Order: sequence, then structure tokens, then C-alpha cells
Amino acid sequence: MADIQERIAGQFPEATFDTSDVLTVEIPDAKLHALARFLRDELHFDYLMTIVGMDWVEKMGCIYYLQSTADHNRIAIKATTADRENPMLHSIADLWQIAVIYEREVFDFFGIVFIGNPDMRRLFLSIDWKGYPLRKDYDPSLNPVPTENERQSDFTNTYVEQADGKIVKEQARVFEEDDFVVNIGPQHPATHGVLRFRTAVDGETIKKIDVYMGYIHRGIEKICEGLTYPQTLHFMDRMDYFSAHNYHHGLCMTIEQAAGIEVSRRVQVIRVIMDELSRIASHCLFIGTFCMDLGATTMLFYTLRVREQILDIMDKTCGARMTFNYDTIGGVMQDLHPDFVKDVKALLAVLPANLKEYDKLFTGNVITRNRMEGVGYMSREDAVTWSVTGPSGRASGWACDIRKTNPYSIYQELDFEQVVMHEGDAMARFKVRMKEIEESAKIIAQLIDNIPDGEIQAKVSKVFKLPAGHWFRTVEGCRGAFGVYLESDGTVNPYRIKLVPPCLPAAAAVDHLTRGQKIADLITIGGSLDYIVPDIDR
Amino acid sequence: MEVTTKSMPYEAWKDNEYIESLVAELKANGTNVVVGSFDKLINWGRSNSIWPLTFATSCCGIEFVSLGAARFDMARFGWEVARSSPRQADFIMVAGTIVHRMAPVLRRLYDQLAEPKYVIATGACAVSGGPFKKSYHVVMGVDKIIPVDVYLPGCPPRPEAMIYAIMQLSRKMKVERFFGGVNRKEKQQEFLESHPVEGVED
Repeated sequence: MADIQERIAGQFPEATFDTSDVLTVEIPDAKLHALARFLRDELHFDYLMTIVGMDWVEKMGCIYYLQSTADHNRIAIKATTADRENPMLHSIADLWQIAVIYEREVFDFFGIVFIGNPDMRRLFLSIDWKGYPLRKDYDPSLNPVPTENERQSDFTNTYVEQADGKIVKEQARVFEEDDFVVNIGPQHPATHGVLRFRTAVDGETIKKIDVYMGYIHRGIEKICEGLTYPQTLHFMDRMDYFSAHNYHHGLCMTIEQAAGIEVSRRVQVIRVIMDELSRIASHCLFIGTFCMDLGATTMLFYTLRVREQILDIMDKTCGARMTFNYDTIGGVMQDLHPDFVKDVKALLAVLPANLKEYDKLFTGNVITRNRMEGVGYMSREDAVTWSVTGPSGRASGWACDIRKTNPYSIYQELDFEQVVMHEGDAMARFKVRMKEIEESAKIIAQLIDNIPDGEIQAKVSKVFKLPAGHWFRTVEGCRGAFGVYLESDGTVNPYRIKLVPPCLPAAAAVDHLTRGQKIADLITIGGSLDYIVPDIDR
Repeated sequence: MEVTTKSMPYEAWKDNEYIESLVAELKANGTNVVVGSFDKLINWGRSNSIWPLTFATSCCGIEFVSLGAARFDMARFGWEVARSSPRQADFIMVAGTIVHRMAPVLRRLYDQLAEPKYVIATGACAVSGGPFKKSYHVVMGVDKIIPVDVYLPGCPPRPEAMIYAIMQLSRKMKVERFFGGVNRKEKQQEFLESHPVEGVED
């Protein structure tokens, strides 16, 4: 990384560096775009993980986390502006497709306008929302529960910089003037929750989709700022509720590393087993609901059989079927149930026969193949520029499994394959998940017989302070890379927690993947991406 | 009159006082023998085929899926016909958090349901805002926007609890006057008048 720092310093003498966590390059706004381009093209940091909007009161700004898809190094860019009235930064939306959505999110929460972004609308909140909720001086009484239907607009804004440096606001149409637009959602059985697509169609062919989010935006990031660290944990269960253990693991790990808390080997093993059990349960439900979307309702009953078995195991140890709240800072909530090992072994014993059955019933079926093969093709470049990670990204040939690329916990010692396929279509996304169930079972089989003895909870006080600083950690959720950005100002509450969901890019990519496809395939494509709407909206 | 379902003895219910108060209300003005018998017949049919609207915003919705699958099997009770259109459904199981942006949509869905219609507020979020009490974007309980018949706590409630809640709803249906519908309509009208939503025609 020292070499990278030198090269950046050589090219951008005005840059300053912060190496306390991920190497962070602070750069004036004028050079932001040039630096981003330099990092992407010259140094191969081609995966934009997230854009973290920040309000430091005296200034506002963004932190861009980038990762290299070749050597998995990370780097961050920090750009700030002191203007609170009209904060503006330059957009990097022309370098990464996903930046359009990420910048809209920052605009929605902080009111920072991105010059050059083609679509500067609000993302999660309604068009008439007053104020910017994640600013430190936001007043919630401005926005009572709406009593009117939301105002809709066919227009979006762009901010263009003219030759003399003046910024001009312009209006642009979302759809073309004579487009025929069909509304799908937010209450629709096949959108997997409350997601809404405004779909422009030409006959049966999709021309463009405008994705509306925010129908389940709960403002978790803002609530966390008023809570102590242990109190923030339970929200992780309620974002992607299938990855509850994985997300808990992610946030606990971030806080533990920030506070310098050591976690015993026993806890590590338990956490990994729970993560992998979640993955199996999650993929099982995916197979069931995806098949149901395609009309094969019966599959749900087959896959839920395995899921129920896993939920029973969880129920015995964690005391809940879904929102477990199991991982704590420095350990886990309670010790394993005496039946745990026996039950997990029973699960592993029946799993192969079940997978075979799914294959027999569904995968080879001629209708299935007709509906899935070649549908919703996503190339590796698309997956990277849209930041679609997880099984969907790996089905496009992008080896992006955080467990392999940036190993955490004890994953480095375990023997498992990263499932990568190259077809990039809905069928590949389905098959990757099927194979991942086998890999997860392999991981569990390695660990279940040698769960070491030890403490299940390190000594941690109920309320504690973190040293001032910032941390960014990722874990592999069931649907892709889940990131946690944590900034502390030295008090008992987090100054800012930014949660980076894997489902937001997947939903954002729907527009790109469905263009030119038939409207009937929208359900296949959306289903195969397997997004969870509360995870998108947070 | 003991209002119960086939699968549960009367004593096992938790809130018989409430249902008895409904029965008393029903009997207060006496019942026409003919209309009363028709009421009974229709309510027997209605209370055994309650069709839910497919409506879920978050975690509770997944437990509702489990409820539909083989293990909990709501088809035993005649609730398995989940409709995707509100016009064909009997009740909304508000499964999950309702946020500001969703509020007018939920209200519209409720208005689209055919009479007589019912609402079960499922889970802590729908009951009161639950863990998101401090949020700037969450509606603190769906009873702020639509009338609720059964409150079902839990985060998320287990499928067994969901069964209990829908059985309670079924009990409530049994002690209604279908003809005339005095029990509901006035209350509903009263509620809707005190919670106006502009832009939605009632």
C-alpha cells in the first residue's frame, strides 16, 4: 500500500493520507473525479463498495470505498465541502453505474448535490420530504405521517457545470414523452416485498425501468446514532432477516476490532456455523420463492422442509425462529443447546438427498430451462460496475466472496470452494446458490465435531466508549458483501453507522438487466437476483 | 353463548370477556329469528374461509410464508387462498413495518378491500412501531391510518401466534350481524371520518 500512496502523491500533490484504518486519501472536490478515474484505470480499484455520506457539522462530505477485483486491496477517498446551505460535490456516476444510486442516497440523506449525476432525485423519501434526516440538525417534526397520496413527477434534476464554473440546475424527463409506462408494485406478489417498478414498455418489451425504493425505509442508521453500541445490534436481524447471523457477525466484529476485544475460539466457531446454517436456510427459501414466482408452487413446500429443520436448531439455541439477536459484542448470547451437534448432524445427513430432489424436480425441467437459460444476462463488467456481489455476482464470473477475498473470523483455515460460474444468466444465479448450499454444508461438517471449549462471552461492560476513529469491515451475507462503516467520536454512542447492503445494487441493476427483455421475464430476473427489500431500504 | 372454533375449547381462549361483550352487544336489541338464522349460516361460512391479502413488507411476511407451508399449514383452517388483489380478499394481515411512504398505499389497499373487511396488525411494528419507535420514517402503529381488529404482538410472531390471531378474527366474525352490519359499519365510518386521507375517495 505504501507504493500506492507514493503513486497517488506523485500524481496528486494536494492529497493527504490517513492510514489509521483503510488507506484514506483526502482530496479537494475539484480533483475528486480525476483521482477516482486514476484509481479505477491505473491502480485497478474497480469495485465501488459504497459511498458514505457524512455530516461532521463544520463540514459535510463523502467517503468512497473502493476495492480492487484483482488483489482485493481497499482504498478510500474522502471529499468534503464546508457549505451547509448548498453542499455540492462532483459526481463519479460516469465511472461506476452504481454511483448514480449511491449518490442519490447521499443526496436523500444529507442534501449533498452531485454535479453531473444524471438523476438527482430523492431515493428513499418522498418527493415532498422536508429536510435531510441524517444531518445532525434534522428536525423530525417537519414530516408528519402523510395524509395524501405521494406526488409523482415525470421529471428528474441534473446539475450541470458550465464552462465558466457556474452550476445550473436543469430538468430532464425520466421517460420519453410518448412512453407507455406500467406501474408494478409496491404491493405485488412477485416483487419480493414492497419494491415498485415504473416500467416503460414497447409492446411486451421493456424499454426502461425506474426503480422506486423506500416503501420500507426505517431509518436504522439514524436511530443507531442515539443508541449505545450493544443496543444497535438487534437492527441487524431486521434488515436482511435471512442473513441475521451474518449481519450480526459483521457489526459485532467491527465494534470488537474497534474496541480491541478478543473473541474466544469457541465463539468464532459457533458464529461461523450459525452463519453457514443461515446461508443454507436462506438459499432454501430463495429456491422455494423463486420457483413459486415461476409458477412451480410445490417447490416451496420441499425447500421449506429443510428451512424448518434449521429454524428448529436455531430455535433451541437462540430462542427464536427469525430475529435471533444471538451474536453479542465479545461473544454470543447463550451457549449451544445440548442437542445442537446432534441436530446439525441430522440436518447434514438429509441435505444431499434433498438437494438431489430439488434438482430432479426443478433444475432439469424443460419449462424451467426455457424460462431461465439466457434470461437476464449480466456480464462480469456489468456485475462489477453495478457492484452486484454475492451469488448473483459470482454467477457472472466475478469471484467476489468476502470469505475468500478478504477473509475474516476463521474462514481462512477452512476448506471450501468459492462457487463461480460464467454464464451470467438466471439459471447460473440459481445454480450458484444450489452449489453454495453444498459448500456451506462442507464448512459445517468440518467444524461440528471440533467445537472447542471456552468462554462464550468476553468481559465487556454494558455501556462502553470506543476510541475516536473510523472503521470499515465487510462480511459475506447470504446475498453478497455486507459492509459496516463505523465512526466514533469517543462517546458511548456511534457518531455514524453506515450499513452497506448487498441488495441495493442488485435492485438497482434490474433496470439494466431487463432492458430489451420481455416483461414476463422481469419476474424471473428480479427473482434470480434475490433482493430483500428491507435490506435495500434499511 | 360460547363462541369458539372446532379446534379449541372455549376455556382455552385468553380473552373471553371481550368476545362476551360483543355477544351482549349483539343480543341487546333482540334478534329476528329468520335474519338471525341467516346470519348464523353466513357467518359460519365466512369465519371458515377467511382469505388474506398477499401483503408483507418485512420479517413478519416470511413467517406468514412459513404459515402457508406444510408444517403449519393454514389450509387446515381455510385461510390458504391468499389473494394478490385486495378486491378478492377478506382481510389484510399487515405483516411488517409501515413507513410514511407506504402509509397512503396501505390506506388505499384497505379502501379497495370488499366489505366486510378486517385488519390484523401483525408484529410489534404494525402494533406500535416496535423497535423503530425512534425512527423519523415509521408510522407508530397501523391504527393511525386504518382500523385494526386484532393486534398480534411479537417480533416476528411465531406462526402459531398467527394461527391464534386469525382464529380470534374468525371468532369475531361469528358474533357479527352480517345483515345490517351494525357492529362494524358505524365504527368504521366513525374511524374513517376521524382519520381523513385526502386524495383517497372513501
